[in-house]
Amino acid sequence: MEVEKNEELVPIFIMGKRYEVPSSLTIQKAMEYAGYQLIRGCGCRGGICGACGTVYKFPGSYKIEIGLACQTVVQPNMYLTQIPFFPAIKSVYDIEKVKPTIETLVKAYPELLRCLQCNTCTKSCPMEIEVMDYIAAAMRGDVARLAELSFDCVMCGLCTSRCPAEICQYNIAILGRRLYGKYIAPKAEHLASVVKDIEKGKYEQMLRNLMDTDEETLKDLYNKREIEPEQADEDWTPKDKTYL
Amino acid sequence: MPYTSELKELIKRVDATRPSRIEKKKKGEEFPMLSLKEREERLRKFHPDFKEGSRREIRVGPNKGYGISPEIVDLLEAKSRVDPDMIDLTKITYETDVLILGGGGAGTAAALTAQENGAKVLIATKLRHGDANTMMAEGGIQAASKETKDSLYYHYLDVLGGGHFKNVPELVYTLVTEAPNVLAWLESLGCMFTKFPDGRLKSLHGGGTCRKRMHYAADITGAEIMRTLRDEARNRIEDIKLLEFSPAVELILNEHGHCAGAVLYNLETEEYFLVKAKAVIMATGGSGRLHIQGYLTTNHYGATGDGLVMGYRAGVKLCFLHTVQYHPTGAIFPEQAEGLLITEKFRGAGANVLNIEGEQFVNEREPRDVESASFIRECLEVGKGIPTHTGKVGVWLDSPMIDILMGEGAVKREFPGKFILFKRFGIDISKEPMLVYPTLHYQNGGLEYNSRCETSIPGFFSAGEVSGGVHGENRLMGNSLLDVCVFGRNAGVSAALYAKEKARDGKLTLDHVRKYHKELEEAGIITDRVSPMLLPDYSNPKVRERQLTAHYLGTIR
Repeated sequence: MEVEKNEELVPIFIMGKRYEVPSSLTIQKAMEYAGYQLIRGCGCRGGICGACGTVYKFPGSYKIEIGLACQTVVQPNMYLTQIPFFPAIKSVYDIEKVKPTIETLVKAYPELLRCLQCNTCTKSCPMEIEVMDYIAAAMRGDVARLAELSFDCVMCGLCTSRCPAEICQYNIAILGRRLYGKYIAPKAEHLASVVKDIEKGKYEQMLRNLMDTDEETLKDLYNKREIEPEQADEDWTPKDKTYL
Repeated sequence: MPYTSELKELIKRVDATRPSRIEKKKKGEEFPMLSLKEREERLRKFHPDFKEGSRREIRVGPNKGYGISPEIVDLLEAKSRVDPDMIDLTKITYETDVLILGGGGAGTAAALTAQENGAKVLIATKLRHGDANTMMAEGGIQAASKETKDSLYYHYLDVLGGGHFKNVPELVYTLVTEAPNVLAWLESLGCMFTKFPDGRLKSLHGGGTCRKRMHYAADITGAEIMRTLRDEARNRIEDIKLLEFSPAVELILNEHGHCAGAVLYNLETEEYFLVKAKAVIMATGGSGRLHIQGYLTTNHYGATGDGLVMGYRAGVKLCFLHTVQYHPTGAIFPEQAEGLLITEKFRGAGANVLNIEGEQFVNEREPRDVESASFIRECLEVGKGIPTHTGKVGVWLDSPMIDILMGEGAVKREFPGKFILFKRFGIDISKEPMLVYPTLHYQNGGLEYNSRCETSIPGFFSAGEVSGGVHGENRLMGNSLLDVCVFGRNAGVSAALYAKEKARDGKLTLDHVRKYHKELEEAGIITDRVSPMLLPDYSNPKVRERQLTAHYLGTIR
C-alpha cells in the first residue's frame, strides 16, 4: 500500500488496540495498513456489497456510530470493530405461490409485528435508508412502499445486529422487493411478444446470414447502422425497418 | 473530501461551457464519432493493450506461445498451491451432482437451472455468496426488447463492432437470442427494473449501441440482479448447498479424463478438502485484482483469475486474453473512491466528457476501449487533463448536465448509489462534475467454451467472465450482466443433463497437475510462485517484514 510521505498519522483503536494510520485512509485501508490481511469483512471495496459493516465510538461519547469500512474515512481516536457476519433468519418461500400481501410478510417473518418503533435500525443504516419506515410499511402491508424505501439496501446486517425486537429487516425488505417486482409493478408486455417472435424463428435467418457474412461486409453493415438519437423519445422508429 | 479550491476554480470552466453544450445536445448535435479506421489508430497509439511490454508469451500448456498480460502469465507459470502427492483422493468431504465454483451471477444462475433440471447442487465460493463483480455492475443489461425500433440483428452487429468483429459468432448468436427471455425471467423472479407507468422497460444507450437497449434498475442493476438470484437460491436450500470462504484451488479429473470435482481450501482454518461431483461449472469471474499494468480496478476483492489457472492446468485452452478492458470512467477523486466504477449510464444519459478547458474531445458514447484510449490521449499526449493534488490526472464527467436535460432531481433519482457515495465525501454530483480516468474493468477473454458452456473436458463447463469468445476483443456495456445470466443458465442446464445422462464414475486423479509441474520444469521455469492467487496482497509490507514466523504461500498466509 502506498502512503504519501509526510502524511499525518492519527491514532485509531481496532478492537481496542491502538494503531497509527494515515489520516486520509478509509477504515478498510487503515486496517490493511495496520497489518491486517482481510478475509472476512471485505468485498467489493466500493460500497455496494455489504461485507464491511463497522461500528465505532469516540471516547467520552455514548453514541454508537456506524459505517461501511470501505466508505468511511478514519477519524482520530475512533474505537472500531467490524461486524462481518450476524446471524439472521431467512424465510424460505416459493415466489410463484406467495401473494403480495401482509399475510405473506407476517407468515414469513412473524417477528415483524414486534417492532418497537425505536428507530435504531434507521440510525444504524450506512445507506441512509429509512429502515423503520419500511418496516412500518411492511406492518401495514404496503408492499410497494416497502420495496421503494428499501431499494438501496446492501444487506450488511447492521440494522439486524442492533434491533431490540430481533427483526431481520433486510430479509423482509428483499421479500418485499421481489413481491413488488413480480406482482405489483406493471408487467413489461413487450418482452412477452418479442420472446414469442424469437421462439417462432422471426430473426433466425437474419442472424444466420450475419453469422456467415465476411468481416468486410460486416464492417460495412456496422458503419451504415442507423443510430437512435440520444435525445429521441421512446416512440422513435428507424427509417429502415427491414431488420425489425 | 470535497473538491480542493484549485479544482473548484477549474470547475468554473466546465460551468461556463455547459449552457452551449446543453443547447447542442437538445438540438441533437453530437461530437462526431470516430470511423472504424480512426478507432483502430487511436487504439494502437493509446490503448494500454498496445503498450510495449503489455504482452508476454506463455511458455507452457495448451496455449504455448500465446502472448497475454504478464500478470496472468505469471499465474499460469506457477505451481499449484498443493502438492498432489499430499492429497488423499479417497477422502471425500462432499459429494454432489453439480459442483459450481463461484457464487456470483453466473454461478448462481447456473445453480437455479441445474436444480430445475433435477440436480443436487453445491456452490463453493471464495468469499460470501454474491461477493462478485456482478454485484458491482451498475449500468444495465442489454436486450433487444423493443420491436418497434430494435432487433436481435442490431444487437448482434453492435456486439461484433464492439469486439472488433473477432467474436465467436455462435456465442454472440446465443447471447442476443436469449437476451429478451433472460429479462423476462429476471422480471418473473421479482427484479425491480426501472419502468414506465405502463410497464414498458426504460432503456438507454451504452457505448457502441445503435439503439437504446440498456435496461436498468436505477444505478444498481447488478446488485438488484445478484441479490434476487441469491435470494432465490436460498429458497431452494434443500437442493442448493453453499460453502462460503472455500475457494477451489485445483480441478480433479478421473481416469476417463472427465472432470470429477475440485480441491477446495478453507480460507479460515487453512485446510484443503475434496468435493466429488458428476459435473463441475467454472464461474469464478475475472481478474481485475491482478492490477494489470499497475492500473486501479473496479473489480471485486476476489477477482484474481483463479478459474483461468485451474482450467488451463487441466488442459482447457484460453482465448481473447490478449485484450483487457479498461473502463473509461473510474473515479480518481476523492482518493477514497479511487478506481471506483462510475457507470457508463451517466454518459448514456447525456453527460459530456471534458478536458481542463471544459471542452469536448471525444463523443461520450464510443465503445469502451476507444473511449479509454481517447482519455489517455487527452491526458498524456494532448496534456489537457485535470491534475489532482495526489498526482493523478483525469477528465471531467459532466453529471450536472443530466439534471438540466432530464429535470431537476434526475441525478439523485437515476443514480442513487453514486449520489449518496459522493455526498458522503462532500461532493454533490448533480451540481459538480466528477473526475475520472480509465480503470481496469473486465477480462474480455478466458476459457474456451461453446454456447452450451461445454469445454474440451467432458463434465467441465464454464460460464461468465472466466470464459472467452462472446465479447471478442472488447465487451460492450450491459453485455456482462447479460452474459452471466444467459451462459450461467445454459451451464446449469448442460451440467445437470450431463450429470444425469453422461457422467461416468472413475478413479480420481490429480495427474494433470503433476504433468503441468513437469512441463514447467522442462521449460526451465524455476519459481516459488504459486497459483491461484485467491486474494490480492494489500497488507502493509513493513508489517510483513516483522512477521518473523509467518509463512506466506503466494500473497496469503
